[in-house]
Amino acid sequence: MSDTSGLDFERDVTELESQIAAIERQTVRSEEAESRLRELRLARVDRLREIYMNLSSWQTVQVARHKNRPYTRDYLNLAFDEFVELHGDKFFGDDRAMLSGFAKLDRFKVMVIGHQKGRTYKERAACHFGCAHPEGYRKAMQKMRMAEKYRLPLICFIDTPGAFPGKEAEERGQAQVIAESMFLMSRLRTPIICVVIGEGGSGGALGIGVGDRVAMLENSYYSVISPEGCAGILWKSHEFAPKAAEALRFTAKDLSKFGVIDKIIPEPLGGAHRDHHQMAMRLKNYLSATLGELTTQPTDELLSVRYEKFRQMGELIEEPSVG
Amino acid sequence: MVSAQSNPNPPSPTGPESALAAAGEVAPITPGTASSVADGRLDEPPASPVQKKRGVPEGLWIKCPGCSETVYRKEVAGRLNVCPKCDYHFYVSATDRVAQVLDDGTFEPMYEELRPTDPLNFADRRPYSERLIAEQRRTGLTDAVLTGIGMIRARRVAFAVTDSAFIMGSMGSVVGERLARLVEHATQQCLPLIIISGSGGGARMHEGILSLMQMAKVSAALARYHGSGGLYISVLTNPTMGGVAASFASLGDLVFAEPKALIGFAGPRTIKATIGIELPEDFQTSEFLLKHGYIDRIVTRPNLKSEIARAIDYCGK
Ligand SMILES: [Zn+2]
Repeated sequence: MSDTSGLDFERDVTELESQIAAIERQTVRSEEAESRLRELRLARVDRLREIYMNLSSWQTVQVARHKNRPYTRDYLNLAFDEFVELHGDKFFGDDRAMLSGFAKLDRFKVMVIGHQKGRTYKERAACHFGCAHPEGYRKAMQKMRMAEKYRLPLICFIDTPGAFPGKEAEERGQAQVIAESMFLMSRLRTPIICVVIGEGGSGGALGIGVGDRVAMLENSYYSVISPEGCAGILWKSHEFAPKAAEALRFTAKDLSKFGVIDKIIPEPLGGAHRDHHQMAMRLKNYLSATLGELTTQPTDELLSVRYEKFRQMGELIEEPSVG
Repeated sequence: MVSAQSNPNPPSPTGPESALAAAGEVAPITPGTASSVADGRLDEPPASPVQKKRGVPEGLWIKCPGCSETVYRKEVAGRLNVCPKCDYHFYVSATDRVAQVLDDGTFEPMYEELRPTDPLNFADRRPYSERLIAEQRRTGLTDAVLTGIGMIRARRVAFAVTDSAFIMGSMGSVVGERLARLVEHATQQCLPLIIISGSGGGARMHEGILSLMQMAKVSAALARYHGSGGLYISVLTNPTMGGVAASFASLGDLVFAEPKALIGFAGPRTIKATIGIELPEDFQTSEFLLKHGYIDRIVTRPNLKSEIARAIDYCGK
C-alpha cells in the first residue's frame, strides 16, 4: 500500500498508509501493534470512502487524469479473453493514440476502438497523451466499417483530453474526420457501446462517442471543453479551472441527470487506479450484460432508437405563441 | 465577440436600447486573451473589422483589415460588405445574409419559437441567462441561427445561416434543435439544404455537454438526409471553427467557402502553444483548406447565390 496517489486531497490517506506500512514492516508485532494496525486499516477505508463520496468536480478531473488509472490497453488485457490488434487507417498512418482490433468478451466477438494514453513517458509521447490525429479517427472509421460488414458489435473506450491541436492535424482534416465519424456511427448497422473510462475531452471524445449505450466510469468526466480551456476563455486565467470545472457540470452524475449517459459504472473504493482488476471486472460485467441486450435487437429498431436517443438531447423553451 | 460592433453592417439593433447594449455590453467572450485547448474553440479574434471606440457612432469611413486602406462605409455596404480595394469579405449578419442569398421576400422563418434557456445555471463572470438577453437585444436574434424555407433563383430550398455575432455563433441546444428540425423537414420535403456557417465559438460551453451533443444530433440528422438522397451545400464563412467545423459545416456534399475565411478545428493560438512552431501565413484559411483538399470551391460573395443555384441544377434537385 505504497503512496501511488499523489493527489493532494488524499493527504490523510497517504499519512494513514505510511503508518500502516511502518507497522507492517515490523516482523514481530505486539498485540497492541496488531490492534493498532486493524484500527488504521479501518480508518483508511473510512477516510477513502468519505473523500470519494464527496469529490468536487475538479478533484474528479484529477482522478480521471491519474497517472495510474487503467487505460484502454489495461482493460483489453484484464477484461477481455483475447485482443487481436488491427493497425492502420489504410490511408496515411497508424495513430498510436487510437487503439483498435478484434476482441473476445465472454461469448461475444467484438471490435474494440479506444483512445490510448500510454503509461511510460516514451509511450505517452508516442500516443500524444491520448490526443488522436485525423489518421486516428480514419483508423477508427475503417474498423467501424469492418465491424458493420462482419456484424461485430462495436465497443468504444473514450479517454482523451481532446483531439490533437496541431498544424498537421489541421492539414489532414481534424474537423472533417470528427464530423464524418459521428455521421458514420449514427447509422452504423451494428450495436455500439461507448464507455468514458477517464477523460471525455470534447469533440475528440464524441468522435468515437455515438452509440446505442453511453456509459461513464464513476470518476470520469465528459465535457464540451477542458476546465482549463474554459477558465482561460471565460475567466481569463487557467487558475480558475476549479471554478470552471464546477460550472461545466461534467461529472458522471451530472451527465446522467442531463440524460446524456445511460449508466454510471461504480469504481472500486478510492478510484479505478487503486484496483485495476476489480474495475476491469465491473466493466466486463456491464459490457457483457449490455451486449446481451443489444445483440438480440433487430438492426432497424436499434438504429431508430439510437437516432432518437441523440435527437432528444438538449434543453430549450418552446414558446407556444410565436410563429 | 469583436466583429459585431465594428463592421459596415452591424447587427441591426431594434432600438436605442440595443444601441446602448452594443456600445457597452459587447464582447461577452473576448477570445483574444484566452488560450484554449484541444477542442477547437477559437482563441483569438478572427480578422476583425476595424476597431470602433465604444459609444462612438458608426463612422463614414472604415479601415479594411485586408488591405489596411480606409474605405467608404457606404461603398462597402453597397458591395455586400466586400472591400472595394482588396475584396476582403467583412462580417455579414444572418438577416443580411438571407437578403443576399434568397430571392426577395421568399424567406419563411421556422422554429423561431425555440428559445434558449440556461440548463446548467451557468455563470462565469456573468450569468449565462443575462448574457442571452443582452445578446438577443444587441443582435435582434433569438439565438445564433436563422432557419427556414426560401427560394434561390426560384429553386425552393431549406436554408439556415448562423450569425457569428451571437455568442460567437456558437451552437447550443437551440441551434442544434433548429438545424436538426430543418434537416428533417428537408428530408421529408425532398428539398436541397443550404447551411451558411459562421462560428468562432464552436459548441457553446455555457450549455456544457448538451452543446457538445448537438454535434452528434445534427450529424445524425444529416446522415439520414444523406441516406434519402438529399443535396446538402455547406457554405463556410469567416470564422468557422471548433464544434461547428467538426460537425455539420464539414458534412456537405459540396463545401463552398468565402475567400480568406478562418476555418479549422483548434484555434491557431492553441496550436502555437501546443507545438511551439510558427504557422504558415495562410494557415486555416479557405485557401489553405482548398489546397489540402477539404473544400470544393472558394466562392466570392457576389457569386454565391448563382453558384448555389447552378450546383442545385447539376445535382438535379
Ligand atoms: Zn480591403
